[in-house]
Amino acid sequence: MAEIRLQDLAHSYSAAPQGHDDYAIRAMTHVWEQGGAYALLGPSGCGKSTLLNIISGLLVPSEGQVQFDGQVVNELTPQARNIAQVFQFPVVYDTMTVYDNLAFPLRNQGMDEPRIMSKVHEIAEVLELHPLLKKKASNLSADEKQKVSMGRGLVRDDVSAILFDEPLTVIDPHLKWKLRRKLKQIHEQFNITMIYVTHDQLEASTFADKIAVMYGGQIVQFGTPRELFERPRHTFVGYFIGSPGMNLIDVTPCDGGVRFANTEVPLSAALNARLAELKPQRLQLGIRPEFVHVWEGQHDEAMHAELVHVEDLGTYKILSLQLDGQPLKVRLQEDQPVPQRSVYISFPSQWLMLYADDYLLEVAP
Amino acid sequence: MNKVPNNKAWWLVLPVFLLVAFSAIVPMMTVVNYSVQDIFDASTRFFVGADWYKQVLQDSRLHDSLLRQFIFSACVLLIEIPLGIAIALCMPTKGRWVSVCLIVLAIPLLIPWNVVGTIWQIFGRADIGLMGWALNALGFDYNYAANTMDAWVTVLVMDVWHWTSLVALLCYSGLRAIPDVYYQAARIDRATPWAVFRYIQLPKMKSVLLIAVLLRFMDSFMIYTEPFVLTGGGPGNATTFLSQTLTQMAVGQFDLGPAAAFSLVYFLIILLVSWLFYTAMTHADQNR
Repeated sequence: MAEIRLQDLAHSYSAAPQGHDDYAIRAMTHVWEQGGAYALLGPSGCGKSTLLNIISGLLVPSEGQVQFDGQVVNELTPQARNIAQVFQFPVVYDTMTVYDNLAFPLRNQGMDEPRIMSKVHEIAEVLELHPLLKKKASNLSADEKQKVSMGRGLVRDDVSAILFDEPLTVIDPHLKWKLRRKLKQIHEQFNITMIYVTHDQLEASTFADKIAVMYGGQIVQFGTPRELFERPRHTFVGYFIGSPGMNLIDVTPCDGGVRFANTEVPLSAALNARLAELKPQRLQLGIRPEFVHVWEGQHDEAMHAELVHVEDLGTYKILSLQLDGQPLKVRLQEDQPVPQRSVYISFPSQWLMLYADDYLLEVAP
Repeated sequence: MNKVPNNKAWWLVLPVFLLVAFSAIVPMMTVVNYSVQDIFDASTRFFVGADWYKQVLQDSRLHDSLLRQFIFSACVLLIEIPLGIAIALCMPTKGRWVSVCLIVLAIPLLIPWNVVGTIWQIFGRADIGLMGWALNALGFDYNYAANTMDAWVTVLVMDVWHWTSLVALLCYSGLRAIPDVYYQAARIDRATPWAVFRYIQLPKMKSVLLIAVLLRFMDSFMIYTEPFVLTGGGPGNATTFLSQTLTQMAVGQFDLGPAAAFSLVYFLIILLVSWLFYTAMTHADQNR
């Protein structure tokens, strides 16, 4: 059990990195607290797996430090770090039985057989592997194999942390949900730090207390699922979290606010002052489809938009609009009436975000 | 939908059948033909039934060379398989040394059998051969032409030199096919190097090892040219293996009947032992 600290960590696969693009992980400092359930969320190729392998010790970072409880472990092997990792695709020892597979990490550690037996049975119980214990691992189905792989990680309860690298990729959807619940239970029971890599926001938010969103080799935001949803600190977070993602409109500064085409959007005085200090190359207005207010008729505050398309998703509807030449998505609850052709909308100021060069402009409240 | 019974597709098997017939069945039937008859010339032949078989099965010369043959093949397998695995495990996995190793290993495989025999015949000579001269200079009384043990060791070392590369290359290809993630998982599970070998590398090499064992068994069981060139079967009959005995019988003494009968027995022994190896290795760890 340990607090894992990444100090000025960076990693490049090339021997002599030239610029930003040569880095799989760009310089970052980050702390995973002991006992937390974390998710590392991001698109394929953003450096999630690289970061995980650096934490577990399969990779040695080219710059910076990995610290476990303040101790630098850069040069330590995974064996010495006492860390468990579950990989994307199942790894089982084919010639062993399921029982022996689960017992393997414990035996390597020199635990005595009666204790191994009780640990293995405990984990088999949790993962529902009991009927398979005597079976050869080579004869299992893909999701059974993955459960065995996970079991080998979970069976050691003295580990510093358990890392999961998209462990549910090969698992059936209905079983996925069940296994996520199991992991959560195990986490609550044993109070082990768990870091869970995924590219699925639902998976991340059901498993984790806090999510780190990775993009282009950096952690762009670290927060609770709610924070990520309500105040995305980077346009990528806005776009990646939520379905559909945040509406992002390119704007230019104008008197008292920002504008696009013929539409002006007023901003608070504080935000205007902040904006005046900066000279961003790109300015974007962001609002979640859930937070766009739809008026039932014409209204003084409302802007007029054209309805292009309605998508009925059962419990809610997604409207595609054209607002002064800008495409816009709006999420409409089931009980709200669907407007015809003309839609009157407004952007509530507390949900309106302004992004300068992709990062949220924040002002003290 | 009604299925129309139509067996005309069987005709498509005909080319394969003809090919197998010409490559295996027809030549073998000639041998079968000789093994049950006593043939003097085109018009003089007698049917003798199983007489030739009885004769060869009681022939003590054949018993001796069969025993020698089994000992030789067992030694070959016991040395070459572990040695080949060990070499494969020691080979580099990337960089330019990979090609260097592969080429060095491939060289013995490219040398014709009788050349190999000649090389070792000269190499082992006490007067002009480097190895023979060096061993004698070091005080060993080494003479493969006179001493049974020396002859055996030389034939074995020659075979090991010639064919271990094959086992090593097959194992190397098997090892390269193991995904990295298995080694990573083993490191995470804190497996010892022995456990990595026992539970990851060996199981994943099983299919190539099966091929290696079968090839080395069949090849060593049929060995002819190399010992024939090196020792001529001597001293005495010490290194006279089965195929040489068979050749003496067929070509030397022109006993075509017993030679034919013995050929078939020889063939059946190889088939049987190969089948045993195959079954043992594929069923070794089936479902419990």
